Amino acid sequence: MEDTKKISGKKVKSWITNNAIIILMLVIVIAVGIMKPKFFGTSNLINTLKNISIRYIIALGISGCLITTGNDLSAGRVAGFAACLAAILAQKAGYSGRFYPNMPELPLLAIFAIVIAICAIFGLVNGLVVSYLKVQPFIATLGMQQIVYGICLVYTGANPIGGLRSDFTGIATQNILGIPVLILIAVVVAICFWFLYNKTRHGKYMYAIGGNENAAEVAGVNVPKTKIKIYILASCMFGLAGVLLAAKSGGASVQTAYGYELDAIAASTIGGVSTTGGVGTVPGVLVGVCVFEVLKVALQFMGIDSSYTYLVQGLVIILAVAMDIRKYLAKK
Amino acid sequence: MSEYRLEMKGVVKTFPGVKALDHAQLQLKPGHVHALMGENGAGKSTLMKCMFGIYKMDEGEIYYEGEKVNITDPLDALNKGIAMVHQELQPVPARSVAENIYLGRYPTKKFGPFTVVDHEKMYEDTAALLKRVRMNFDPKQKLGELSVSQMQSVEIAKAVSANCKVLILDEPTSSLTSNEVEALFRIIDDLKKEGVSIVYISHKMDEILRISDEVTIMRDGQYIGTWDCKGLTTDFIITKMVGRELTNLYPVRENKPSDEVVLKVENFTSIHPRSFRNCSFELHKGEILGVAGLVGAQRTELMEGVFGIRAHTEGKITYKGQEIQIHRPADAIKKGVALLTEDRRATGIMGVLSVADNISISSLDHYLKGGIMLDNKAIVDLVQENKEKMAIKVPSPKTAIRSLSGGNQQKVLIARWLANNPDVLILDEPTRGIDVGAKYEIYCIIADLAKQGKSIIMISSEMSEIIGMSDRVMVMCDGRVTGFIPGKEATQENIMALATQFN
Repeated sequence: MEDTKKISGKKVKSWITNNAIIILMLVIVIAVGIMKPKFFGTSNLINTLKNISIRYIIALGISGCLITTGNDLSAGRVAGFAACLAAILAQKAGYSGRFYPNMPELPLLAIFAIVIAICAIFGLVNGLVVSYLKVQPFIATLGMQQIVYGICLVYTGANPIGGLRSDFTGIATQNILGIPVLILIAVVVAICFWFLYNKTRHGKYMYAIGGNENAAEVAGVNVPKTKIKIYILASCMFGLAGVLLAAKSGGASVQTAYGYELDAIAASTIGGVSTTGGVGTVPGVLVGVCVFEVLKVALQFMGIDSSYTYLVQGLVIILAVAMDIRKYLAKK
Repeated sequence: MSEYRLEMKGVVKTFPGVKALDHAQLQLKPGHVHALMGENGAGKSTLMKCMFGIYKMDEGEIYYEGEKVNITDPLDALNKGIAMVHQELQPVPARSVAENIYLGRYPTKKFGPFTVVDHEKMYEDTAALLKRVRMNFDPKQKLGELSVSQMQSVEIAKAVSANCKVLILDEPTSSLTSNEVEALFRIIDDLKKEGVSIVYISHKMDEILRISDEVTIMRDGQYIGTWDCKGLTTDFIITKMVGRELTNLYPVRENKPSDEVVLKVENFTSIHPRSFRNCSFELHKGEILGVAGLVGAQRTELMEGVFGIRAHTEGKITYKGQEIQIHRPADAIKKGVALLTEDRRATGIMGVLSVADNISISSLDHYLKGGIMLDNKAIVDLVQENKEKMAIKVPSPKTAIRSLSGGNQQKVLIARWLANNPDVLILDEPTRGIDVGAKYEIYCIIADLAKQGKSIIMISSEMSEIIGMSDRVMVMCDGRVTGFIPGKEATQENIMALATQFN
């Protein structure tokens, strides 16, 4: 009897450590929900899910870089540039401050395609610099972050862009079969990433590079090619997220998506993506993003000054990763 | 006062899922060299790490100079007079020799109100120390500029500098040339005369029998026994280590090397002037070509050059009668060449990934369904098939490869290459760091592959392995190929003569 109790006690303890982050999130949600019943209201729920959707797309993009022990600090600025570009392309024909007064109204799909294609170029450059110039990803993408911001400033003249078409902003407000389009897009992206990471050679090569880059090269993996693909895909995701952000905010400025890369890195890490490489899953990243977003909303609901939210967020990042790392630490 | 300098009793250490030490014990006499032997995974290093305070024992006692002690961490061990030279050196390559020796305990002096590092004293003391271990290099030289063996001497100097009474040497000769081994033995002799107790961990029987006074043998974390070294034989030690009689060290080879040349390398020269140059050799179908040479003969570099890991300036590779260009490993793999690298951890396994991922990474093209999707079931089948064929001990295809023993990791890596069905296999030190039992299994796999008509190049630093397994031996010295010897005529002497031709 004594013995079985001991074992089950141990099991409970290990279950708690393994799922500490999810438990933490549930505790926050329930606590805030009890104190502020509106927290569970539909409008808040949907708005939070929409925010999560955009953040999730960025975090998924960055996850590939992190899994290969890389990084992409240009995420926020690329998304910001994408938001500006999308907003410019989606301005109403009759709007007085129109950026290109004589441009015909483009179909929505064309806007997505143009923005994502241009962002892909940033990713290509990142990938080439990382793979062939052997610049550390942290530095390479830090440089790209500045470059993209510069391009964005020069291009927009630092003016905010408004007057968007209603069909464009509708992406963020409309539903299909009762489900918001934004959420559907995120779900489709997540499914694609899950397939890519688990069912394709590219995914296996990515994990192999993260597990041991030299070994992967010896085993016949084309490391530069794989990395370039990862960085291009990442930038495409930042581009997609940027377009969605522009639609959701009904406009864009050079400060749109500022600092999103740090949130995405934090969320991925909270979700179990190991910065030492080779570890990380698509559902894990979702958990990380949810913890991060829910925490933000919960703090807002509690009426806590936004200055304090940074303080709490920082603590949660450290705490969550410290708890998560227990799973992998070799016991001495 | 006990007759022992240090005594460990009833040591138990459990890791998740493994009992690494099960009532192990060890008794060290002052001024004696005590060999600690056992297969890989027998618990030798774990026991030493317990003594040195890196691991905490679950149970057990340590008596030091007759008193019961509790060693909390390596610094505590050092202060008590116990020093350890690790199997894997952990130096700081960008700093000087002196700084590495005094890392963490720099000599200091007062500079006004500040305590600062006394560099002058540090360099002087280092010079004296290096003299004591019969090494003559500049204390200010950067450690990264030294060879591995020189770095090891620095580590020993560091241990000596702590005025240790117990010195643990964990596989100190694994990367040394025979001259360097002699130098190490002289240092050990000096220390012995000073009354230092030395624990010597090694797989090399001849060394053990030559320098040790006593031998303790461990198996599966348990203490098997301690014997006086006089009169011990290699066979006796191996039998005790393995727990069963080993009749043959090498399997009978039934391969028939043909006259057909599969791979021909001509005038191969590295981009680095001191690496391989003007190397030419031929590899026949169904042949095992042993590649012998001293450490630093550039054997690994040459084969990695052929495989596309290292760049070459000149040279021609002819494969099955056609000249081919190899720029990166993927090119060689496509042609049907495989290379099992020397350093399993650095360029072989992907530690955090599963056995299934590790085994299939080179052959993913074979498991595609409909062009893009991987057939995970086929990959699991691949694991199962190899698990049975090569007797790989692995609980599940999802097990992380780093949790397997060295021998099993090596089998997984061999299976990775065989999944591509290569015609040429280059095996670089295929049995390094693998225990005696698993070694024999790897030899059987190699012999079987040759019998199937595959051509094998085997680099090895173990002379007996080269002589025991090769149809032909190629010897290298100082980046050049110095000669070929038919396997049946190969002896330690004629190989060494060619291997030292330019020294």
